[in-house]
Amino acid sequence: MLRTGAVLVAGIIGAVVLNAVLAEFIDDYVVRVINLCGVAIVLAVSLNVINGLCGQFSLGHAGFMAIGAYVCSLFTTTQRYYDAASAQYVSEPSLAARMAEMFGADLAAAGSEQLQSIAAWGFLPGLIAGGVVSALAGLVVGIPALRLRGDYLAIATLGFGEIVRVVITNIPQIGGATGLPGLPPLANTSWIFAVCVVCIVFSVNLQRSTFGRALIAIRENELAAEIMGVRIARMKVMAFIYGAFFAGVAGGLLAHLLQTISPATFNFMKSIEVVVMLVLGGLGSLTGAVVGAIVLTVLPEALRDVEREVNLPGIRMVVYALVLILLMIFRPQGIFGQRELSLKLLRRVIPGGRK
Amino acid sequence: MLLAQATPGSFDTLLQQLGNGIAMGSVYALIAVGYTMVYGVLQLINFAHGEVYMLGAYYSYWPARWLGYVPDAGEKPSVPLYIVGLLFVAAMSACALTGMLIERLAYRPLRKASRLAALITAIGVSLLLQNLAQMAFSADPRGYPQLVQQTSVQLGPIALANTKLIIIAVAAIMMTGLHLFVQHTRPGSAMRAVSFDMRTARLMGVNVNRTIAMTFAIGSIMAAVAGMLVAMDQPRLTPMMGLMAGLKAFVAAVLGGIGSIPGAALGGLLLGVLEALVGWQKPEYTEAVAFAVLIVVLLVKPTGLLGKTGREKV
Repeated sequence: MLRTGAVLVAGIIGAVVLNAVLAEFIDDYVVRVINLCGVAIVLAVSLNVINGLCGQFSLGHAGFMAIGAYVCSLFTTTQRYYDAASAQYVSEPSLAARMAEMFGADLAAAGSEQLQSIAAWGFLPGLIAGGVVSALAGLVVGIPALRLRGDYLAIATLGFGEIVRVVITNIPQIGGATGLPGLPPLANTSWIFAVCVVCIVFSVNLQRSTFGRALIAIRENELAAEIMGVRIARMKVMAFIYGAFFAGVAGGLLAHLLQTISPATFNFMKSIEVVVMLVLGGLGSLTGAVVGAIVLTVLPEALRDVEREVNLPGIRMVVYALVLILLMIFRPQGIFGQRELSLKLLRRVIPGGRK
Repeated sequence: MLLAQATPGSFDTLLQQLGNGIAMGSVYALIAVGYTMVYGVLQLINFAHGEVYMLGAYYSYWPARWLGYVPDAGEKPSVPLYIVGLLFVAAMSACALTGMLIERLAYRPLRKASRLAALITAIGVSLLLQNLAQMAFSADPRGYPQLVQQTSVQLGPIALANTKLIIIAVAAIMMTGLHLFVQHTRPGSAMRAVSFDMRTARLMGVNVNRTIAMTFAIGSIMAAVAGMLVAMDQPRLTPMMGLMAGLKAFVAAVLGGIGSIPGAALGGLLLGVLEALVGWQKPEYTEAVAFAVLIVVLLVKPTGLLGKTGREKV
């Protein structure tokens, strides 16, 4: 416990320092890519619990992200929408603004700077609420998922993600199909990497806990695991809840990094992207998830330059797809397989880690 | 997809929607047989199948253009029927080749790999084809030459576009033909044997590799026909058009019972009609129908309506 706490605190301080350093020395585009890497790491590590450890192939991560993103935006962003009944545009203040009003702030008189700081206060509650609502969705998906296996589960979770997208498209209060513009740029490097550290530390501990071992047992042989007393149903649902929670938080982060969200942001290509990260790194390997997330966020950006160089627009995604196919044919276990090579190294290097 | 024109709510539009739904359902059925046959043989969701459907539309677009039939060229040139036939043949053979190539290059090396690896490869192939198509044809939507002059046919209280009637008729013919082929010819029974038990079929002298290639070819031919029929009805081609159509057709295959060809036909029609019914009342939710149906079917009757029970599939 103590060590975990120490690592967490060190990691969060590290994230804040990293933020300051990056803001000082590195140009904005690179910082943005680094931030995207951070979000991708949270996504991949959280999906790794469902897909990698527990072996439940889920293609619905974008759905959880969308839920987290939209719930989080309710806390920080003034929602403006066209109300068909009264035929005019309506403005709903954000939850953070309402709270501030309850405590006696005068929003009408507040300057834009003040409004921004009010919005910033809503960010952490927003992230957590987004995670919690998303986790509830994970519960809802997890229970029917108990009856499904393999590719049927994959396609059912894909269906879940698409349903979330269609439902959001049809709620005009949160922007409908056009989406929500004008989210405050709250997700800076400190936030993103603080969440990253929390997510990774939790997942490392999870992997070594009874819960994690139970998930791996389910992945390896469900029948045997059941005979050994693993409560299959409960464990699977818990894996979904855990993964969905962090996906929701990552969705909130991504929303406040991109500053604009729409249902199209969370289409099923997004889910597939996260799956590809996992597969590239090695399903079931946390290190792999992190490496896969970084590679697949940086690679398209790097290929962007190549694309310009060879003057073949679109070649980027073709290469991406080819890498995926060739990887499956020649190294289906991914870069790391199920090993955690660098973790052992890290444990030797960082005194705070477990021996 | 096809449900834009009717105003929701009234009874007349209900009949109208049902007509459209049956047409769309026929398209789903044509695509769904490709999923169902491949799944029957390889237990693989061929995610790239929707892209074959997309390519079917494009494969007929280029020769048509080359022959001088340009979309929206002022007065509509009437296209001789034999040209339409030739375009169908061109699209069908090009798609059959594409399907066999996909199988040979991407899936055959993975036949002994885990099903997960195969599934991810299928997703990769789908992505690859989408993006190749975007490079080759550009992401902008394209018109499609009017191969058949679109008119409205009055059927009692409802008016259906003649292209929709063509869809229904051609789909019915193709599906019947396929059913007869699978049930009553030697290659057809080889296909059934491989899907029943690949190892035993091999021991009995069935050329498994050739049969699987043939399965892909036939599925792709059906998808090509579907792609071209839809292009004739709604002249708007995009490289992404196969994505949703493919997913929905897969749902249709699951609904009818995966592995069963009559099931695919039934599932396709049912899904088309269901979408039409939802479109009649709540057009904004049509996109979600397929996935809701999918989840319900998987939970209540995972073998689908006409699927065989007892085999480890779910």
